[in-house]
Amino acid sequence: MTVAFDYTRSTGPVLGRFFTGLRDATVVGGRLSDGRVAVPPPEYDPISHQAVTEFVELPDTGTVTSWTWVSEPVAGQPFDRPFAYALITIDGADVPWLHAVDVASPDEIETGMKVRARWAEERTGSVTDLVFEGDSVGLDTPSPSGSGGSTSAETLVETNTVEDVTRIVTPVSLDYHYAASPEESSFFRGLAEGRILGQRCPKCQKVYVPPRGACPTDGVPTAEEIELSHVGTVTTFCVVNVPFLGQKIKPPYVSAYVLLDGADIALQHLILDIPADEVRMGMRVKAVWRPRDEWVTSIENISHFAPTDEPDADFDSYKHHL
Amino acid sequence: MRDVAVVGFAQRQMKDFDGSPSMAELLVPILAECYEQTGWTKKDIGFWCSGSSDYLAGRSFSFVSAIDAIGVLPPVNESHVEMDAAWALYEAWIKIQTGEVDTALVFGFGKASAGVLRRTLSMQLDPYTMTPLWPDTVSLAALQARLGLDAGLWDEAALAEVVNRSLTDAEKNEYAVRAGGSSVSELLARPMFADPLRKHDCAPVTDGAAAIVLAAGDRARDVRERPAWISGIAHSSDGLHLGTRDLTVSGSAERAAAAVGGTAGVQVAELHAPFSHQELVLRSALGLGGDVQVSPSGGALAANPMFSAGAIRIGEAAKRIWDGSADKVLGHATSGPALQQNLVCVMEAEENGRAK
Repeated sequence: MTVAFDYTRSTGPVLGRFFTGLRDATVVGGRLSDGRVAVPPPEYDPISHQAVTEFVELPDTGTVTSWTWVSEPVAGQPFDRPFAYALITIDGADVPWLHAVDVASPDEIETGMKVRARWAEERTGSVTDLVFEGDSVGLDTPSPSGSGGSTSAETLVETNTVEDVTRIVTPVSLDYHYAASPEESSFFRGLAEGRILGQRCPKCQKVYVPPRGACPTDGVPTAEEIELSHVGTVTTFCVVNVPFLGQKIKPPYVSAYVLLDGADIALQHLILDIPADEVRMGMRVKAVWRPRDEWVTSIENISHFAPTDEPDADFDSYKHHL
Repeated sequence: MRDVAVVGFAQRQMKDFDGSPSMAELLVPILAECYEQTGWTKKDIGFWCSGSSDYLAGRSFSFVSAIDAIGVLPPVNESHVEMDAAWALYEAWIKIQTGEVDTALVFGFGKASAGVLRRTLSMQLDPYTMTPLWPDTVSLAALQARLGLDAGLWDEAALAEVVNRSLTDAEKNEYAVRAGGSSVSELLARPMFADPLRKHDCAPVTDGAAAIVLAAGDRARDVRERPAWISGIAHSSDGLHLGTRDLTVSGSAERAAAAVGGTAGVQVAELHAPFSHQELVLRSALGLGGDVQVSPSGGALAANPMFSAGAIRIGEAAKRIWDGSADKVLGHATSGPALQQNLVCVMEAEENGRAK
């Protein structure tokens, strides 16, 4: 399972100045209260806690203060092949900056090595607009073509008319192997066979669906397996009118709690095959399963719940399950 | 100040927990063990506090699912920190100091194996200038290790000695997920993983959970002959930016140690050092001399369950008071990249040994 979100972040004046610099292929540091120059400039001075207000334009060269070799890179890192992370002290700065250095092996980097920024052709104003490489690359060609160097001055003139960077987008994407508890597993396996399985708490005797690793009332695992009816009662519901990313059904539609006959805990599902404004508390509904050949170990095997056309249940019959 | 002691401790650690990331099913037997140790029931617990992270679980409000393990009807007095359970313990200790409650149970849990842990942990960095580069925790620790190597503060053999002692001690710990000492030369012959760190210099990815029971005054004396009285507890944090602090020392650990009145007389220190060189940084920052026994449980290099490993250090140290093998012990917890945040908990057999 992948959990991903693109965070849009306002930069504020200090980081905005830094990111505007990066977009224009310039390294901008901030002067701290003790006189040191820090890259990136912190928003607030680590000693005086005052806002950092003095900025210094620095060269895009520096010295490796510490480094490590990333032998097995993970997703999102600057390279998908082994590379070095380093603490790089930019020439004219006093505080090292964490960044990546593009070298082919750990034998090609050492503490004290001179490095130079290699700027991306298209820059957005982000720390990902550059990586570092050995400065010897630039020694033979003092004005390297194609990136940074000779073009940066030109770019600066051009981009001076462009607005400062005030926002950055930082995508985050994390992958998980999402495992089910033993109790949840029995529920999902049941669904793959067209059954809805609950379990009874040995203490309070309540029937939970899905079953749980711990009864939230008593703190003990549910145990005795109960096969539940596919028919139940709508205890409460809401009409979804708001469109959102990933929505599969056109609004308005109804998401409801369905108390299956024999269960003590309602199951959340969709109520379809009826106009949204006709769904009501107490309405009797039945599970509508997808075709058998589509069944997997998922609650999605049940497409939705639909009216049974039985008379509505009395409020008293479900009032303790709201 | 009220006298508060650690009187219960239970833990479970494993390489790969085959169950849900809310870990309710793992917490049930851990809480049962706490009840057994104390002779208490749920009703005896005045306050509950847990430590966990949704980033680890990959789902929102995972701690709400976890409190199912308590059984919360009628509702309980409960809180949560997005920190190691050692910080939950700190909150619980304060709660008892307020006089509102006399007892507390804190727990932490984390299924680190659900994602790629060293990658997931880049979420704790500055989201503007660091996270976009996805610096993994192992790389950040390696940068710290090299700074100390280059400065001559430690050498590779010193790191290997920490590893060898930890993994040898871990042979006696049934919860260790990595154990077995060898020799410094054998360890140094192994390949680099994140130069200058080898895999054994880095804590193993560990799933697990732990719980600790706190009690004040007579409630503590009722439970144990020798409660582990908390004579000092404090925590401190360093800044967000790696560049503006000296990574070869730990200012926050020093400040935490100073806040508890120093560590003189400590016989056993369980240090939460997820990387071998960090134990050396911590020994120095906490002022622990060569006569202090460090992490006899094997420490974090033997097992490092996220969000409970720090609390486990406190529990392991408290056990040494309970069994009479020490009179003054220290439990330490860390969080954040390269020892950014540190908590120190000093415990003593003597009630009146409490620092003012």
